[in-house]
Amino acid sequence: MNKIIENTKLSESVVKMVLDAPAIAQKRQAGQFIILKINEKGERIPLTIVDSDAQAGTITIIYQVVGKTTAALAQLKAGDALQDLQGPLGNPTEIENYGKVVCIGGGVGVGVVYPLAVALKKAGNEVISIIGARTKDLIILEKEMEKVSDKLIVATDDGSYGFHGFVSAVLQQLIDKGEKIDRVYAIGPVPMMKVLCDVTKAPRIKTIVSLNSIMVDATGMCGACRVSVAGKTKFTCVDGPEFDGHDVDFKLLSNRLKMYCDPEREAYENHKCGCDGN
Amino acid sequence: MKIISVGVMETKEIKEKKEKVPRQKMPEQEPKKRIRNFEEVPFGYSEETAITEAKRCIQCKKPGCIAGCPVDVKIPEFIKEIAEGRFTEAALKLKETNGLPAVCGRVCPQEDQCEKFCIIGKKGEPVAIGRLERFAADFERNSGNVKIPPAVRSNGKKIAIAGAGPSGLTIAGDLVGLGYDVTIFEALHKAGGVLVYGIPEFRLPKAIVEAEVEYLRKLGVKIETNFVIGRTKTIDELFAEGFNAVFIGVGAGAPVFMDIPGENLSGIYSANEYLTRSNLMKAYLFPEYDTPIVRGKRVAVVGGGNVAMDSVRTALRLGAERAMIIYRRTDVEMPARKEEVHHAQEEGVEFLMLTAPVEYIGNDAGWVTGMKCLKMELGEPDASGRRSPVAIKDSEYVIDVDTVVVAVGTMANPIIPATTPGLETNKKGYIVTKDESGLTSREGIYAGGDIVTGSATVILAMGAGRKAAKAIDEYLSKK
Ligand SMILES: Cc1cc2nc3c(=O)[nH]c(=O)nc-3n(C[C@H](O)[C@H](O)[C@H](O)COP(=O)(O)OP(=O)(O)OC[C@H]3O[C@@H](n4cnc5c(N)ncnc54)[C@H](O)[C@@H]3O)c2cc1C
Ligand SMILES: Cc1cc2nc3c(=O)[nH]c(=O)nc-3n(C[C@H](O)[C@H](O)[C@H](O)COP(=O)(O)OP(=O)(O)OC[C@H]3O[C@@H](n4cnc5c(N)ncnc54)[C@H](O)[C@@H]3O)c2cc1C
Ligand code: FES
Repeated sequence: MNKIIENTKLSESVVKMVLDAPAIAQKRQAGQFIILKINEKGERIPLTIVDSDAQAGTITIIYQVVGKTTAALAQLKAGDALQDLQGPLGNPTEIENYGKVVCIGGGVGVGVVYPLAVALKKAGNEVISIIGARTKDLIILEKEMEKVSDKLIVATDDGSYGFHGFVSAVLQQLIDKGEKIDRVYAIGPVPMMKVLCDVTKAPRIKTIVSLNSIMVDATGMCGACRVSVAGKTKFTCVDGPEFDGHDVDFKLLSNRLKMYCDPEREAYENHKCGCDGN
Repeated sequence: MKIISVGVMETKEIKEKKEKVPRQKMPEQEPKKRIRNFEEVPFGYSEETAITEAKRCIQCKKPGCIAGCPVDVKIPEFIKEIAEGRFTEAALKLKETNGLPAVCGRVCPQEDQCEKFCIIGKKGEPVAIGRLERFAADFERNSGNVKIPPAVRSNGKKIAIAGAGPSGLTIAGDLVGLGYDVTIFEALHKAGGVLVYGIPEFRLPKAIVEAEVEYLRKLGVKIETNFVIGRTKTIDELFAEGFNAVFIGVGAGAPVFMDIPGENLSGIYSANEYLTRSNLMKAYLFPEYDTPIVRGKRVAVVGGGNVAMDSVRTALRLGAERAMIIYRRTDVEMPARKEEVHHAQEEGVEFLMLTAPVEYIGNDAGWVTGMKCLKMELGEPDASGRRSPVAIKDSEYVIDVDTVVVAVGTMANPIIPATTPGLETNKKGYIVTKDESGLTSREGIYAGGDIVTGSATVILAMGAGRKAAKAIDEYLSKK
């Protein structure tokens, strides 16, 4: 049982939860995630550890409501408890001083890229961050990202705030302006990561993506999370979750993410199913 | 001469038949009915049947059956208790050497172990030792008065066990009984290992495993679930926290794929994933339970072991119209237990022998629609002594499928070796032990079960746990 300390909305469909998890808080590094299960009948779902406080023994997760489990999670209150919480899982991000890095987050992906930006900044990198969402109200963690970035650019698809357009267009502009970029971290919906990798391919900028494949155990036992990287099968949970984006077969990933669309829709009729390959 | 000898045999046989009580059958659910549910297939013996069967045992002076048992269960002794109607005593006798009799009575390959050496079996059918074991253990559990031995005085020494499978549960029970302070760290949210995530409900009801785990808790064993050794904490961190010895019983949990084109298409599962979704996560009860599983109509299961049988029978129960076993050798070489194959056949599973998949075909959405196979023939025996399959030229054909389960084996998970400096593994990644004690290349660290032997059996894993318990006790007594 892990007690919920806080569960607050960041935007219409994105929620921040702080959990009591001393062992995980002690150990966790940037890039790692947890698996949680709300109750006896619940599903095991992976969520990135956005932040932690080793002293207080807490971790923070930020999730988007896309289906039954995340919707149920959003209903919980401070003081409630999750039945199961396992972690930290996955390999930590390889953090070094690379020089100039660009951290890009789309939608709830901003929550996933945030701990990377923190660690990269701490390691001495010059951090340029680009965060984006469909519209202004869906932008999350703007202040937090600003604090850890040398420069922050916000983009919205509808132009309601910041740059009018996709985060990929912002990155393209930076490249066109001759900005010398050593590494890109791109985290968000699959189509966004794919486009960003296309942008960085020609200028040969190493681009790290964090994959959100469907998982069960998250310890390398089942292979549900398998992806194809440079033509080789990898397990996202133990070989990743971060990979060189130029080697990832995004089409396969997005197909596999749709494997349970029909039954999942059945389980979560009242809400729009996230079966658009995101 | 010939005629006379046949005549003699016949009269002898008739005489024997008159006296001989046949091996008692266990009543079972009808195949047609049971493929619509996940309930256990055999119902178990009634008290009368159990006594009748127990009386078939002739109480050999030098019982071969015990020698055939990896944990030396006192077989004639427990059977005698049943024959005389003392069922609880029979269970206690079993428990002297086997901590999980209700499990072993159901899943042990008795035909290759105890029953293989039964003297009655030389002429007719052996005493149904497994069924009697199950009967006694069930009787005790259902009677509701499972005796908890009095607590042992603590010796103040702490033992950490990685993995709550049969090996970990066994060593925990043994060491807590010797006064050790025992904590099991289990990666998943439930204890039991393969017994809860792999073997289906219709073969091993999960309530039985839960009862065994509960019993250990009552004995004083602490179980920390959701705790991945190597991730949540490393073995060296456990030592630093004051644990005096560690046992690694994490199984051979990583799935093997065949690395053929199209294997990552949607609808293709490892047996581990398919069974974990169904058993551990109860996906067969979706949407009451939240975890989904693909309910395929044409399901091909690749492999010929127990895992393949469990998968294909699960597919049937999930509503498959065609449930197929695809195996590259013949039924003679198939490693699955005879009983499982028999049950699968009764239930309507198709067995496509001498067939090997070489490629999967998918539709535009990336879902598997076909399985390209080669026909095989048997050639020379290979290293395992089985005749190895050789592909027949130009024999390619396609089987229509919408779901595939790959059940061609498992391998070692590298998380613990990778995070435990100095822990020696072999070429395949299994942990190297010095001898039967389970001692690894590091002082104070022992290992046993599938993570040492590769995928084997419940009873061998239990035996390894028991031997390591003895070794750890000796090691810490000297310290
Ligand atoms: C390593 C990792 C880290 C992640 N971190 C975060 C995070 O920090 N914040 C966050 O909001 N989400 C994160 N995700 C995705 C998150 O796990 C899913 O959104 C969640 O499992 C959906 O569960 P559900 O029951 O609410 O929805 P479901 O009803 O199960 O699914 C709804 C739809 O979401 C998609 N989906 C299902 N499972 C996943 C999945 N595992 N990943 C992505 N999409 C899925 C499918 O298209 C599905 O139809 C992460 C995934 C991984 C693998
Ligand atoms: C589908 C299937 C059917 C089978 N049928 C039979 C049968 O009929 N008869 C038979 O005798 N045998 C059968 N077997 C084999 C038998 O189940 C195994 O040999 C036996 O369970 C091995 O026991 P173990 O203790 O070594 O490990 P396991 O049972 O594999 O348990 C290992 C446990 O360790 C946990 N773990 C793994 N990594 C970590 C970590 N890093 N930290 C903490 N915990 C960890 C796992 O989650 C698991 O719970 C079957 C196996 C399968 C898969
Ligand atoms: S989630 Fe099971 S192997 Fe990755």
